[in-house]
Amino acid sequence: MIDALANLGRAGLRWLSVLGRASIFLLRVLRSQDAVVRRYRLTFAEIYSVGVRSLLIIAVSGLFVGMVLGYQGYITLVRFGAAEALGGAVALALVRELGPVVTALLFAGRAGSALTAEIGLMKTTEQLSAMEMMAVDPYRRVFAPRFFAGFLSMPLLAAIFSAVGVIGGYIVGVGLLGVDSGAYFSQMQAVTDWREDVVSGVIKSIVFGFVVTWIAVFQGFDAEPTSEGISRATTQTVVMSALAVLGLDFVLTGMMFT
Amino acid sequence: MNEERVADTPHVVVEDLVFRRGRKLIFDGLSLTVPRGRVTTVMGPSGTGKTTLLRLIGGQLRPDSGRIWVDGEEVARLSTRRLYALRKRMGMLFQTGALLTDLNVFENVAFPLREHTDLPEELIRNLVLMKLEAVGLRAARDLSPSQLSGGMARRVALARAIALDPDMILYDEPFAGLDPITMGQIVTLIQRTNRTLGLTSVLVTHDVVEAMDISDQVVLIAEGRVMDAGTVEQVRAGMSAWSKQFLEGRPDGPVPFHYPGDSYRDDLVRGRESRND
Repeated sequence: MIDALANLGRAGLRWLSVLGRASIFLLRVLRSQDAVVRRYRLTFAEIYSVGVRSLLIIAVSGLFVGMVLGYQGYITLVRFGAAEALGGAVALALVRELGPVVTALLFAGRAGSALTAEIGLMKTTEQLSAMEMMAVDPYRRVFAPRFFAGFLSMPLLAAIFSAVGVIGGYIVGVGLLGVDSGAYFSQMQAVTDWREDVVSGVIKSIVFGFVVTWIAVFQGFDAEPTSEGISRATTQTVVMSALAVLGLDFVLTGMMFT
Repeated sequence: MNEERVADTPHVVVEDLVFRRGRKLIFDGLSLTVPRGRVTTVMGPSGTGKTTLLRLIGGQLRPDSGRIWVDGEEVARLSTRRLYALRKRMGMLFQTGALLTDLNVFENVAFPLREHTDLPEELIRNLVLMKLEAVGLRAARDLSPSQLSGGMARRVALARAIALDPDMILYDEPFAGLDPITMGQIVTLIQRTNRTLGLTSVLVTHDVVEAMDISDQVVLIAEGRVMDAGTVEQVRAGMSAWSKQFLEGRPDGPVPFHYPGDSYRDDLVRGRESRND
């Protein structure tokens, strides 16, 4: 019993210590954000690496999710004779929930894990130390551009996910199941509210982008400088990002739609 | 007169340095001085904290107590800006080379010049080629770090370390894991760099023969403190039993062959008794 309590205490202290280190790291990264503009070439390169190279997986996933939504939505709606409402149902599901959440989960798996592994490897091979010894601040040269690139790319990717998802729903709903094309888009316009749905979705994707990129960059920075350490940090990035995204989604949804 | 006085002052002074990693005491009152313009080698067995000492001198770690002065400035008390200004006058050669893997050889050497100067591209090109020529790798400028051997990577790292014409270079295990030819090349480069540029060189290594060949001063450290220090001749003449064992590579002596523990006999007897029970 005492041992169990002691272990619980130790785990709690360890988590607090990680949270403290992560917060200090975040503050230093945010304080170095002017480097994002000054080193715009690096920032663009990172946006390409983190955002543009994630486009394919996001677009393909968006298409499939949209197609599945088209099927499932149709099956449910047709029972109530409301198949024409399919466009609205697909759009709401994508813009409010699936767009930000699924994009964030895919983003953590594709770009987040790559960020962690890259930074962890730079630490292991002493590249970060070498920069420090050359009087180059890794926060400005490495962390700030990557953080900003992730933070900026996530909402854009979520928007692309939702847009492609709408097309996926259209292909299945209109193309295969015979829903009227005009009804699909007019229902979408009628049901989707700009502030309540679109802006809420964008806010969610901004928050997820911030959190996932923070976790990914910090895990790389904090990784034990061994191959095992990098492997553990990469796994941690995906697991912690997924939990954080799903947990925050619940909290944000509660705040936005009650 | 003033310049002479500066030339006489030591480049690095370490005074009563105490440093812990967790509960492990790495340095326990270590003191040493590094004369300007000379090659000083810090030697000691693996795990004695030689690399840690370089990191403390470079300000990447802070001592628990004691002081370290570099060029008259106390490293641990410097603001980040002044520490970075000091580091621009200090090159460091890492054991692995620590080249930036997303840049090729040319860009690695150009990196500090691009970061800290506004020199025109033409001049940067000339400077980089000059540094690469000095280490014999001008023709390898388009290779990526993954295409370099360990020795080549270290030579590129040396070219990068001297890119900003520093006053001092810190070498972390420059001879570790090299074949004899590459080792000879690195030894020559360290000597040549030291003589032609008049740099202060601090090496940490446990390669006794190579280090003794090129050093003006040797510092032997173990168990967190200095065991012997002086010129190569002074150290050889007045060696303690520990230094003798280290420099001559004897398997047993003050540093025992066996990991400390119960006697072998007791262990065997205990095993027999427990079987009888």
